[in-house]
Amino acid sequence: MKLKQLIRSFAVAGLALAMLPAHAEKTVLNVYTALETDQLKAYQEAFNKSHPDVEIKWTRDSTGIITAKLLAEKAKPVADVIMGVAASSMVVFDREKMLQPYAPANLKALNPRFRSAGATPTWVGMDVWGAAICYNVAEMQKQGLPRIESWKDLLKPEFKGKIVMPNPNSSGTGFLDVTAWLQMFGEKGGWEYMDKLHDNIAVYTHSGSKPCVMAGAGEFPVGISFEYRANTVRAKGAPIDIIFPKEGLGWDMESIAIVKGTPKLDAAKKLSDWATTREANELYAKNFAVVAMPGIATRLKYVPNDYEQRLVKNDFEWMGKNRDAILAEWQKRYSTKSEPKK
Amino acid sequence: MILRRPLVFRSGAERLPGVLLLGAAVALALFLVLPLLALLVGSVRDDDGAFSLLRFVEFAATPGMATAAWNTLWVAALVTVITVPLAFLYAYAIQRACLPLRGLWRLIGLSALLGPSLVGAIAFIQWFGTQGVLKAWLGGASVYGPVGIVMATVYAAFPHALMILVVALATADGRLYEAADALGASRWRRFRTVTLPAAKYGLISAALVVFAYSVSEFGIPKVIGGNFPVLAVEVYVQVVGQHNFGRGAIVALLLLLPVLFAFAIDTWVQRRQQASLTARAVPYQPRPDRRRDLPLLLYCLLLATAMFCVLGMAMYTSLVRFWPYNLELTFDHYIYGLAEAGVLAAWQNSLKIAALTALFGTPLVFLTAWLLERTPARPAALGTAVRAMAALPMGVPGLVLGIGYILFFNSPDNPLNGLYHTLTIMVVATVVHFYTPCHLTAVTALKSLDREFEAVSASLKVSRFVTLWRVTLPVCLPAVLEIARYLFINAMTTVSALVFLYSSETLPAAVAILNLDEAGELGPAAAMATLIVLTSALISLVYSLLTHLLLRRHQAWRHFQR
Repeated sequence: MKLKQLIRSFAVAGLALAMLPAHAEKTVLNVYTALETDQLKAYQEAFNKSHPDVEIKWTRDSTGIITAKLLAEKAKPVADVIMGVAASSMVVFDREKMLQPYAPANLKALNPRFRSAGATPTWVGMDVWGAAICYNVAEMQKQGLPRIESWKDLLKPEFKGKIVMPNPNSSGTGFLDVTAWLQMFGEKGGWEYMDKLHDNIAVYTHSGSKPCVMAGAGEFPVGISFEYRANTVRAKGAPIDIIFPKEGLGWDMESIAIVKGTPKLDAAKKLSDWATTREANELYAKNFAVVAMPGIATRLKYVPNDYEQRLVKNDFEWMGKNRDAILAEWQKRYSTKSEPKK
Repeated sequence: MILRRPLVFRSGAERLPGVLLLGAAVALALFLVLPLLALLVGSVRDDDGAFSLLRFVEFAATPGMATAAWNTLWVAALVTVITVPLAFLYAYAIQRACLPLRGLWRLIGLSALLGPSLVGAIAFIQWFGTQGVLKAWLGGASVYGPVGIVMATVYAAFPHALMILVVALATADGRLYEAADALGASRWRRFRTVTLPAAKYGLISAALVVFAYSVSEFGIPKVIGGNFPVLAVEVYVQVVGQHNFGRGAIVALLLLLPVLFAFAIDTWVQRRQQASLTARAVPYQPRPDRRRDLPLLLYCLLLATAMFCVLGMAMYTSLVRFWPYNLELTFDHYIYGLAEAGVLAAWQNSLKIAALTALFGTPLVFLTAWLLERTPARPAALGTAVRAMAALPMGVPGLVLGIGYILFFNSPDNPLNGLYHTLTIMVVATVVHFYTPCHLTAVTALKSLDREFEAVSASLKVSRFVTLWRVTLPVCLPAVLEIARYLFINAMTTVSALVFLYSSETLPAAVAILNLDEAGELGPAAAMATLIVLTSALISLVYSLLTHLLLRRHQAWRHFQR
C-alpha cells in the first residue's frame, strides 16, 4: 500500500515536472526569410519585447534559394511563416496553395496596394524594394563617362561594355527591371530599349545584388541593382552614386505569409500581426524608403523625396501571367548571342 | 557475434563480404539514387504530374541549349587536358624525386581545396579583372567568360587529380627500374615503359574526375562565367531562378551523360589493369639525382607560388578596408564582420560537419572499395551496381543532390523523414557528394596490390578480414589517410548541396561566405574564407605530423632495402 502511494506520488510529481517546462517553454517558430542578417536581429528583438513566449528560428538565404527550398518542401513544410520574401515568390506559393489566408490585426492601416487580392489576404507586404543604378564615380572620372539620369542615358555608346545587370531568368531583380521597361515603354518600345541596352551590357549576373557590388569594386562602372543593396554598398565605403532613373522604377515587395497547415498557427498569427504594426513599419523604414503603412517618415540619406512617385504602376497579375512568355523572349533575344563583347 | 563461435565465423565469413557489399549497395541506393530519382522523375511529368515527354520537346526547342552543351564539353575537355599533366608532374615530383619538404609541397598542392571554389573564382577576378594587377596578361581578353572559367576550374580541379595521382605513383616495383637501368634504357624510355603503364589507371581516373568536375561545377561559371552559357549554370537558372524543377531535372539528366561515358571507360580500363606491386615486389626508392630533382623542384616552386597567390589574394582582401579603393590595413572584417555579426557559429558548424564526414565517410569508402576489389563470390551484378553508383556522384551537381534530398527525405511518406533538417543528413550528403574521387583513390591503391596476398592468406587459412587488417590496410594506409583529409577539407568548404539542407542551427561557413559575398561584404567574406583556409591548413599540418609517425611504423616495408 505504502509503496503504491509512493509510486503514485512520484508519478504525480514527475508528471508535474514534465508539464512545468512545457508551460514555460517557448513556442518555436520556424521562419524562412531573405532579409538581411542585421535586419533580422532588430525585428526579432522588437517582436520578442511584446511576445517573449515565441522564439523565432530563422532560416535565411537569398530569395531564389529560399523560394526553391520552400517549393521543394511543399509536401511537408518545415517553415511556419515566410517573412521578408518577394511578393513575386508569394504569388508562386499562392498558386501552389501553400499559404494560409489570414488578415493581420492591423491590415486596415496599411496601404491597400500592399496585400494579395481576395477577401482575406494570403500575403501582406512589408516594404518596397525598387530598382536603382549604382554608378562608380571614381571610374566615371577616370574614364570620362557621361552623367546618368535616365534609363535612356544607358544607351550612350560610351557605356559599351561598362554595364552589368541581373539576368531576369535567374534573378527577381532582373525580372522587375525588364517588366518595368515593358510597362513603361510599351511592349515594342521595351524590347527595342533592351536590344540597344544589350549592346552595352558587359555581363548579365545571376544575382540582383552583384551588379551593385561589382560597380562598387570598380569591375564595371555601372550596375543595375536595387535601392537597399545600393545603400549598403555605399555605406561600406564604395565610391558610388545611387541613381533613380526618372522614367520610373521597377519594384517588388518584401512580404509576410503564414504557411498552410502549420501546427503553430497562433504564434504565426502573432508574428503576422506584429509585422503590420506601426513599430514594425518604423523598423522597416530604417532600411527602405517606402513601407506598407502610409505616413511613416522615411528619409534615407541617398534616396530622393519623390521616390514613391517614381515607382512604376506594377501589375503583379500581369507579371505573373506573362512571366514565362517574357523570360522565353528574353532568352531568345539575348542568351544565344551572349558571347563576350569584342 | 562473430567471435562467439569459430565455426559460424568461418561459414559466416564466406558470406559476410557479400552481405556487407549488399549493405553498401542499399546505402548508396538510399542516399544517392533514390533522392536523384525523386528529382529526375520531374523530367517526365507535365505540370499536372501526368507522364509526358513534353519537357524534352520544350527543352530541345529552348534557344541556346545546344551552345551551352557544346561550351560545357569543350571547356571540360580543355580543363582536363591542362589539369591532368600539371597534376601528374607535380605528383611525380612529390613521389618519385628527392625533394626537400615533400609534405609542404603536397599541402600546397592541395591548397585549392582549403577554400571554397567561390573564393578561387573571386581571387581570379581580383587578379585578372578590370581592377586586376595582372589584367594585361590576358592580352585584352575578358576574364569573364571561358578564359576565367578555365583558369578557375583548373585551379579548383587540380587537387582532386593530385590526390589520385599521388596515390597512383606511391607504389612501384623497384626491380623493374633496376632491370630498365641494367638494360641501359634511356630516362624517357623507362618513364614510358615502366612508370606510365603502372600509373595508367590513376591517370585515367584523374582525367575522368577532372572532366566530370568541370562539367558539374556551377559555382565557378556562375561567378566568373560572364555571358558564357554552360549547362551547370543552366540547372541553377532553372531551379533557383525559375523554380522549374522539371526543366532543371532535364539538364541534370544531360549532365549525367558524360558520367555514363566515363563509367564505361573505367570498366573497360579495369579489365586491363594489372597490379604493379606484386607480392614479390621490391619497393622503388628514388635516389637523389640533380638533373631530375632540380627542374622538378623549380616546377613545384612555380606551381606552389601560383596557387599560393590565389589564396593570398583572399587573405589580403580580408585585411584591407575596401578593395580596391581603400587599401588601408585593418582587422575590422574579423572583429565586426565576423565575431560581432555572429557568423563564427557557422565556422564551428563546418568543423563539426567536416570531422563527422571524415570519420564516417573514410571507413565506408575504403571498405566498399575493398569489398569490390578484394572479395570474390557474389553476384556480378551487385558489383557492377555498386561500381556504377560509386561513379555517379561525380556527375551530379551538388545543387541537384540537395533538391533531391529535400524531395526525397522531406516526403511525408518516407519513414526516414526524421533525418531531414538534421546535421546527420548534411554529413551524409557531403559523403555522397565527394564519394567518387575517394572511391577512385581507394581503388587505385587497392589495384596496385597483388592478389597473391589474398591467395597466400587463404592457403594459410587466415580470414580475409585478418588479411585486410594486417596487410591490405597497412599497405594502403597512405591512401586511407589521404581520403580522410580530402573528405575533411572538402566538407569544410562545400556549398552546393548543403545550401538546401541546413537549418537555423546548422548554417555552414561556406554558405555564410556565399551570403556575405552576395551582400557585397567582400572583406568579411574573405575573412571567413581565410579562417577556413587557416583551420584546414592547421588541421592538415597536425594531421601530417600524426600520420608521419603512424606511417613510419606501418610503412616500414617501403624502406626494406636498407
